[in-house]
Amino acid sequence: MAGISLDKVGKVYSGNTRAVAGVDLDVQDGEFIVLVGPSGCGKSTLLRMVAGLETVSEGTIRIGDRIVNDMEPADRDIAMVFQNYALYPHMSVFDNLAYGLRNRGTPKAEIVRRVQEGARMLGLEPYLQRRPRALSGGQRQRVAMGRAIVREPAAFLFDEPLSNLDAKLRASMRLEIRLLQRRLGTTALYVTHDQVEAMTLADRLVVLNGGRVEQIGTPLQVYRNPASTFVAGFMGAPPMNLLPAAALPGLGPAATIIGFRPEDAVIDPAGEITLDVLAVEELGAQRLIHGRINGEPATLVFPAETEIGESLRLSIPASALRRFDPATGRAIPG
Amino acid sequence: MKRSLFQHRLLPWVLLAPQLAITLVFFLWPAAQAIRQSFLREDAFGLSTTFVGLHNYSELWRSAEYLNSLKVTAVFAISTTVLAMGVALVLAACVDRLVRSQRAYTTLLVWPYAVAPAVAGILWWFIFNPTVGVLPHVLDRLGYDWNHLLNSRDAMILVVLAGAWSRISYCFLFFLAGLQSIPQSLTEAAAIDGAGPFKRFWSITLPLLSPTTFFLMVVNIVYAMFESFGVIHATTSGGPAQSTNILVYKVWYDGFIGQNLGSSAAQSVILMLIVTALTVVQFRYIERRVAY
Repeated sequence: MAGISLDKVGKVYSGNTRAVAGVDLDVQDGEFIVLVGPSGCGKSTLLRMVAGLETVSEGTIRIGDRIVNDMEPADRDIAMVFQNYALYPHMSVFDNLAYGLRNRGTPKAEIVRRVQEGARMLGLEPYLQRRPRALSGGQRQRVAMGRAIVREPAAFLFDEPLSNLDAKLRASMRLEIRLLQRRLGTTALYVTHDQVEAMTLADRLVVLNGGRVEQIGTPLQVYRNPASTFVAGFMGAPPMNLLPAAALPGLGPAATIIGFRPEDAVIDPAGEITLDVLAVEELGAQRLIHGRINGEPATLVFPAETEIGESLRLSIPASALRRFDPATGRAIPG
Repeated sequence: MKRSLFQHRLLPWVLLAPQLAITLVFFLWPAAQAIRQSFLREDAFGLSTTFVGLHNYSELWRSAEYLNSLKVTAVFAISTTVLAMGVALVLAACVDRLVRSQRAYTTLLVWPYAVAPAVAGILWWFIFNPTVGVLPHVLDRLGYDWNHLLNSRDAMILVVLAGAWSRISYCFLFFLAGLQSIPQSLTEAAAIDGAGPFKRFWSITLPLLSPTTFFLMVVNIVYAMFESFGVIHATTSGGPAQSTNILVYKVWYDGFIGQNLGSSAAQSVILMLIVTALTVVQFRYIERRVAY
């Protein structure tokens, strides 16, 4: 068990391509941190630097109280779950789980005990003698998890471990990963581009964009108070509406961008805002309304039974409004 | 079925004809001739032929020369295969680690494959020539008296080197392709799992290459046994004292130089049986483990 701390970590590839810049992050022992961002934002590179699969160009990475910058992956006391699972195809499930323990000279009886225990935890007991190719996608995912668990490492690193599963399985594995991590109390660093996964799993989120940290915070902090228009537009499905203040007269100083969540608008016949409805999407429990406010696109969420006409009169509570600087994209406090 | 496409009954046969003709003329007919010939005995002037049954075959098993040739062939085939594959694997593993210069090295390493065996043989002949060659000169300085014209072991080393050289390119290509088809994340997972570079190669890479390795092994052995005529002919001509006279060379020598057509035919029939057996083994085995 250990925390992980990153101090001004950066990655520059030869040819001066910068992938990651100045990342500061303190992961508490036992915390579940999710790195989230669009593809190419540097989240995987960051994770791979922590794992030791990429060299660290700038800054220092500590796992526990050891600086691990120049340490081999094997010596960092971490376990990693890969996107494609990276199971050894020529070994049985048992051997896949035992491989890391054998390499470390763990006594035989101890290996058997740990593998059995890990397999029981993940419901893999009936499959221990099978080869990975004889398993379903979900089972392979569990084997990959099992390989990390039996090692009993200081930290788990997850590199988009659920993105090869179908939507239903993904949701259930998500919950399972969360429960397992809670139970084991092991620090976890988890990379995903899926903001729902990020919201549901994380103790704290790190939103990355273009190799830089946009915001670090609990899922609700990030959701309610995005630090920038990028975060506002990335987190949440549908994302926060961002409109120039000119389109929403009276709601904020001119020359700012005003943001509000789709579920925060209220239908109010006396409201000052008019939404011209373009399309309605039924989600079952809710309706998604796409339309325009003074010509600017906006999306709103209402309960399923809401009556929708050609246009809607709306009001937005002042507490739900967020303001951003149009030049920098950063949030304006207050 | 799509019979309408082939309304003309003759068309399929016409389309197949070139391939069939080639197989018939260059393979089936000579093979049949060889089998027929192997039961016959011809006099020195080709004026009379007598049917001798299995005499040609039984003579072979009594001939010390033939048994020696079998042994030489085995040594040659196995050494060439091991050497070519070993070197190719090391080179492929090295090239696989490169990022930008990979293409340049691959091209250079594949070049020897484009050199005809006889040309390669001549090349080696010059390099190793005891009188004018570069290598014997260097070896002489080191105190080793190289002479493959007198020393059977030197001769064997020469033909193995010459035979393996061009095969290295071939094996290299297959090994490189095999290595590149192994996902990088497997090696990374093994690194995190605490396996050092050699352990990783031994316990992850090699087992995953095994279908490639097996394929190359069979192909190389067959190649060494049947297609290394040019190499032998250009370097040692089977000598000294039969020490590099492999089966395929002996077939040619006994038939075309010695004019002992019956025996030569019997030898080529045995060769055919060996290649058939090897091919069967290859397909049986590879089919079972083509993928994990």
